[in-house]
Amino acid sequence: MLSIDRSIIDAIVAHARRDHPDEACGVIAGPVGSDTPTRHIPMDNAARSMTFYEFDSMEQLRVWREMDERDEEPVVIYHSHTATEAYPSRTDVSFAGEPGAHYLLVSTRDTDAEEIRSFRIVDGVVTEEPVRIVDGVVTEEPVRVVDAAVDPHAVQSYKFGQSPTAVDYECSGS
Amino acid sequence: MAIEVRIPTILRSYTGGAKVVEGAGDTLGDLLTDLDSRHSGLRARLVTEAGALHRFVNVYVNDEDVRFLGALDAKLSDGDSVTILPAVAGGAFGFAAAAIGDQKLAPTVEPDRRASAADR
Repeated sequence: MLSIDRSIIDAIVAHARRDHPDEACGVIAGPVGSDTPTRHIPMDNAARSMTFYEFDSMEQLRVWREMDERDEEPVVIYHSHTATEAYPSRTDVSFAGEPGAHYLLVSTRDTDAEEIRSFRIVDGVVTEEPVRIVDGVVTEEPVRVVDAAVDPHAVQSYKFGQSPTAVDYECSGS
Repeated sequence: MAIEVRIPTILRSYTGGAKVVEGAGDTLGDLLTDLDSRHSGLRARLVTEAGALHRFVNVYVNDEDVRFLGALDAKLSDGDSVTILPAVAGGAFGFAAAAIGDQKLAPTVEPDRRASAADR
């Protein structure tokens, strides 16, 4: 499960909407080993594309070094899909090189609805996980926890061609 | 004559978990061959069979991306620091993955079509 603060989700969605129709991407850093995303780092999409994103290699070096110095790691790596569902593509899976990270996808295809899903991608296997959005505002009320529009039981691993929802728009005919 | 090499999480299985290892070589290609002699399999995750640097990794000498320094021919000197990071990229469609073929940092496993059919 990914637990993430409402304010960070809002910042990610704002970034994705701002860059729409191009894909937006970035990192949420957090203390090493904490599994808690705390610092939002929007990244440039060096590809400036509606169907592809790529961190600028020099910006990435700077940001990864900064995380190292602060004893942080990339807890979340996010990007947007701007015309399709928030589900990892074959390209996303091929590139996924941070086995410890939550891969968060945002779809901006609907201007009104927030579509956010989170995945682990390890050795080519995609595992969806629930997203728990936490309202971290400090009040005297108990911390309010809102479950995002994700089926909390939707935790299952599968490989390409085995997606239970069977939306296989990129593999047809292959 | 040592060059410090920073290893990303995904490749630390080749270095016994070490985040930083040392190696030697006059070029990046030589360094990777030297590293592979102690960390077998590491080079194949960074260099394609055709002998080019994988699309899935970024390699830096000090503060420079080696793609601007001649890639595997990039010259190294004693005391240089080499950093390897997984390239972070992706996107909505699969054609980019198809175009780069089998050059995978994180190898994907081909789906078992029979199992897939049985599930439906």
